[in-house]
Amino acid sequence: MLYETSIAAVAIFGAFVAAVLGLSFFLGRKGQSAKGYYAAHGQIHWAVNGVAFAGDYLSAASFLGICGMIAFSGYDGFLYSIGYLAGWIVALFVIAEPIKRLGKFTFADALDSRFNSRGIKLSVAISTLVVSVFYLIPQMVGAGALVTPLLGLPHYVGVIIVGVVVTLIVTTAGMVSTTWVQFIKGSLLVFFCAILTVMILMRGFHATPLETTTADALRAAGSTVVDKPFGDKPYVKSVDAQGVESIWRVTDAGLVATQTVATAADGAKLVNGKPQSKENDLRPVGTISALPGGVKETGAVGPTGFFSTLNDSTIVTWSSDKVAAADGAAITVYYPVPKPGSELLTPGQKFKGLKSEKFTDKLDFISLMLALFCGTASLPHILIRYYTVKDQASARKSTIVGIAAIGFFYVLTLYLGLGAMTSGAMDPTSSNMAAPLLAHSFNDTLFAIISAIAFTTVLGTVSGLIMAGSGAVAHDLCENFLRIPMDDHKKVLYGKTVAVFLGIGAMILGVLFKKFNVSFLVGWAFNIAASANLPALVMLLFWRRTTKQGITAAVFVGMISSLAWILLSGDTYDKVYGWDKADSIVPFSQPGLVTIPLGFITLIVVSLLTPKPEHPVAEELAESAE
Amino acid sequence: MNSPSHHHEDHPHVVSRNARYGLILFAVYVVLYGGFIYLSVFQTETLGKPIVAGMNLAVVYGFGLIVAALVLSMVYWVLCSKPVHKDAGEGSDS
Repeated sequence: MLYETSIAAVAIFGAFVAAVLGLSFFLGRKGQSAKGYYAAHGQIHWAVNGVAFAGDYLSAASFLGICGMIAFSGYDGFLYSIGYLAGWIVALFVIAEPIKRLGKFTFADALDSRFNSRGIKLSVAISTLVVSVFYLIPQMVGAGALVTPLLGLPHYVGVIIVGVVVTLIVTTAGMVSTTWVQFIKGSLLVFFCAILTVMILMRGFHATPLETTTADALRAAGSTVVDKPFGDKPYVKSVDAQGVESIWRVTDAGLVATQTVATAADGAKLVNGKPQSKENDLRPVGTISALPGGVKETGAVGPTGFFSTLNDSTIVTWSSDKVAAADGAAITVYYPVPKPGSELLTPGQKFKGLKSEKFTDKLDFISLMLALFCGTASLPHILIRYYTVKDQASARKSTIVGIAAIGFFYVLTLYLGLGAMTSGAMDPTSSNMAAPLLAHSFNDTLFAIISAIAFTTVLGTVSGLIMAGSGAVAHDLCENFLRIPMDDHKKVLYGKTVAVFLGIGAMILGVLFKKFNVSFLVGWAFNIAASANLPALVMLLFWRRTTKQGITAAVFVGMISSLAWILLSGDTYDKVYGWDKADSIVPFSQPGLVTIPLGFITLIVVSLLTPKPEHPVAEELAESAE
Repeated sequence: MNSPSHHHEDHPHVVSRNARYGLILFAVYVVLYGGFIYLSVFQTETLGKPIVAGMNLAVVYGFGLIVAALVLSMVYWVLCSKPVHKDAGEGSDS
């Protein structure tokens, strides 16, 4: 679909950028210590840190991705919300306080707190960089993908804006400015999503019956009708008196109108049989064809009535089909599929494996939910936030505030996604635009605000990722692994220099990966983080026999095995290489179910084969309890 | 760095006690989360049944997991704020 540039969205986003840059320069006006740069002096209030967790964590994948997935696949998108939130339970009950107690600036500090091992520093720095880069690429590409429809600028401009702004945020005041940007973004995101949800409930639902026709009716209207123009596929083609072609899908109820995007052999693009323009574009979709009791509209609905109404409605979702025309044109046909609301409110629409007879398909889903559960508390850009508060009590309280803010947001995602699904404003070609288009179905101002927030969402998360990468390279690698002598001034200088290089690298990656389907990289990041980092941290805390060699081996094995599994998986075969997914040599795509236990086993075996540590962390805990 | 709060929080008894509470609450959540995954994988039809105010089990359980996370967090907050009755702790962390 073509989008009109929203001047208001540009203005709101510009104001936000000006405000955060002004704040960053203000916060960075004084000289800075290493503790200030990497950990905001450890003086961030726990409540601020809690909201900043939300700003750090709720990336474009959470906001746009989950809303879009729910809008197109129903409840299955919400499974991500559940998994992402559940991960915070691991963070709170297992990770938060030890990470704060044992570490200084980075995750490697905590793992290495009793060992002084260069192996641990190197392995954790590499895993931090790998996880952060996989997380970073979709954010940067997402910024570029958003800027075109929302702000009317080319893809690379979006990538450069985010890269430059984030680099300035990080290099002015490091973790201090990053924290406040994340705090502001988290607050705005949750607040405006709540407003949008209230508006959805106030508007209620209305029914738009799905119209059908017959071949005879088309002929009677003067069209020529061709049955089955694409082999055996259930379509009918009509050509009207002006020569405009339309494609109809054959259903039990009759012929239903589809929408088509055709790319001719010479590259010319036709939408619904005519050149694409503002006057001739894909029609927005996403309606309810029948409401309970046959009513035409419901009026305002309550938070529970929202679901009971949808459960008993028939909702028109849209699927797509790729076909080849006789003249060689490649046509994508978008066609309506009416589904019972009860079906869309139950798992299994997107995760087909849940309804599959094959057990390995079910294991794929279990593996994904395990990775989401274990991955959150292993993400380096989340973990470094624990060093910005003063003590363990603050770490604990800020996690609880984070859970409240993030949990509330994830509850809203189900309303937003289903509200978008039935808003009549969806772009059948792009699920990522669901949330902004939902806002557009209310008014232009809300569209501008939500669009600007969607874009600023990227800033908060990327700032955190650059900070995590900066710490891994400057603090873990240069200072601790390579043992480059540094005074406090030099530590900050190294950190900022690395941040500039990472910012430039992020921009290059954002442009290079423009044409790739990158959304699944976030899933990779969760899997690698869970497989590489979690076993090491958990065993360090709870098994007194854990050795430095065991930790180093577990991090490397977890990271390499999960990455290898992903690269050999059916999903990657299909989405990245364009090969047949049935040729994949691993039984299911999500690695966590195998590689997380593998990380634990590696640590146990290697630790048992190496000398017992002198002052294990777990022993201190155990003795204090006796 | 040696504020009473910091000192209290760093005491091994407090650290150990909080870790114990954390693991118990973690186990409770694992059971809840595991139950949801079990139903999603093996009893998908059960999740489709309306149970409260016309909402099906999938929606209620899904929201329930989010609310449970918050409730268990608050319980943890309260438990960790209690004084430790060994020679270690006096006062709360707040």
